[in-house]
Amino acid sequence: MSATRIRPKKKGRILYRRPLSLVDRATHFCPGCGHGTTHKLIAEVLDTLKIREKTIGVAPVGCAVMAYYYLNCDISEAAHGRTPAVATGIKRCLPDRIVFSYQGDGDLAAIGMAETIHAANRGENITVIFVNNSVYGMTGGQMAPTTLNGQKTATSPCGRDSRSMGTPIRICELLNTLDSPWHIERVALNSPAGIRKARKALLVAFKGQMEGKGYSLIEILSPCPVHMRLSPRDAVRFITEGMIPAFPLGVFRKEGKPVA
Amino acid sequence: MRNRILMNGNDAIGEGAIRAGCHAYFGYPITPQNELTAYMAQRMPECGRVFIQAESEVAAINMVYGAVVTGKRAMTSSSSPGISLKQEGLSYLAAAELPAVIVNVQRGGPGLGNIAPSQADYFQATKGGGHGDYRLIVLAPNSVQEMHDFTINAFALADRYRNPVMILTDGRLGQMMEPLALYKGPSPKSPPKPWSLTGARNRKPNHIRSLLLDVDALEERNLILQSKYKAILAELVGFDEYLTRDAQVLTIAYGSSARIAKGAVNQARARGIKAGLLRPITLWPFPRTRIRQLAEKVKGILVVEMSAGQMLEDVQLAVGDRCPVAFEGRMGGAVPEESDILATLRHINKSTRKGTRS
Repeated sequence: MSATRIRPKKKGRILYRRPLSLVDRATHFCPGCGHGTTHKLIAEVLDTLKIREKTIGVAPVGCAVMAYYYLNCDISEAAHGRTPAVATGIKRCLPDRIVFSYQGDGDLAAIGMAETIHAANRGENITVIFVNNSVYGMTGGQMAPTTLNGQKTATSPCGRDSRSMGTPIRICELLNTLDSPWHIERVALNSPAGIRKARKALLVAFKGQMEGKGYSLIEILSPCPVHMRLSPRDAVRFITEGMIPAFPLGVFRKEGKPVA
Repeated sequence: MRNRILMNGNDAIGEGAIRAGCHAYFGYPITPQNELTAYMAQRMPECGRVFIQAESEVAAINMVYGAVVTGKRAMTSSSSPGISLKQEGLSYLAAAELPAVIVNVQRGGPGLGNIAPSQADYFQATKGGGHGDYRLIVLAPNSVQEMHDFTINAFALADRYRNPVMILTDGRLGQMMEPLALYKGPSPKSPPKPWSLTGARNRKPNHIRSLLLDVDALEERNLILQSKYKAILAELVGFDEYLTRDAQVLTIAYGSSARIAKGAVNQARARGIKAGLLRPITLWPFPRTRIRQLAEKVKGILVVEMSAGQMLEDVQLAVGDRCPVAFEGRMGGAVPEESDILATLRHINKSTRKGTRS
């Protein structure tokens, strides 16, 4: 899935173009990283819903902190993990704007867990985009709350040992125990079909926010080849074979009701 | 004579914030500032504004961050341990030059301490507190009236300098009731905020950030902050003087300690001692120049604080060796006694002559 599908049938007819919400700029992300794809999907959704000019994003501390270089909308940084609190402050002051937080697994599920749960529990009318790649990227491949059992990282050199390091935290399932969230879904960037599903999930979430439905979280299983010490292709295979068994895909919460 | 009502200091801050046009308040319960959070829980929704009881002080200060990036006025309040939790957020606010108001109703520390009044957070408030080179504007009220009035001014200053402003007060001023003349004027005019995040409609996207990986860019950013702080030092110093014109013994105290010190000064005057009081109203910027001037002509200075001697260090820096500086302080929620202050004033008056060092 890239911008190379430009194949005009007739001269001058454009089938695909860079979304207006995406800045024409090379990203700093590592080769094979899922952030670039995720950024593009957000940009496509902002374009589709024509909400770029009323959208305010909150970038995390982590690899995606420089989201403002790539997404063509108002964006604020937030302190590590405080992303949903900052998004809450923005949305409560400007309820007619579209507010999203973009967070990695460390930001959302470790240091920012309290803010994550309480923003969800208040049913804040925001969209949380949770990029789970099972490892800390920016700091150099340390263990994340979503690191798989046995997975080797810089800080679990012998593999994550569940007896002393806990087990991967399943955020969608955790938040689904709350009464307030409106939409919770887990998708994976492991195939073109998966990427299309991710776009659709984001569309549902942003559209829901526009309609004032409330809190939504889209968890995106995403490749991090460099810190997994894998080729881009194997990093995608790791999602399919390693992550998805631990983090089952699907819609957990739909229209405010848990999906059985 | 204006109509006055009876109100406690915490409520007076809350009503001040509302009259200053504070659009959003975020708080977390902690004694002795709970009246303020409860007051805002009632009044903010009444006024059609935002109130959230946050999940922590950490979340509250970051909700403030989110609120002020939209250009709206916002406030949080807490007491000493909770203010420690907000320090990261304060550093981020200062770094991104965001206007916000933070109230610290100090209590006894360190650690969990107690819920009695204290002034032991002076260093934290005036020297930075969080990481990096930054400053807060710090205001120190000493009455319920000033709790109210300074809050309104705090919002104006925050907007004027695009800087977080702290109201540094204590549990006594927060809890006690005094007659209060409510502010009846318009809320301070809000300057244009072209930097705010409102959606990039008919303009380029705005970004609020403090990450600057390039060394030169970050130093440049720091230099801009420092030049702003220099301007604040030149423009904003505030203090109150009492009987200083002919004073030979000078007391320096702020907040509720200044009220006790004033009583001691009156007693000293009744005994023929030419005592005076300088009360810093802005703790940062500190009234260094005025203290230095007064140090040239007094026999000695007595600093009174509810701490082990924190403002004392700023006074010593200002005074140098111009005159001796004595200290009267209590800790852990204990309060300096008027009689102890008087005894020290008498001692300074007796034992020190200008030009000698004790």
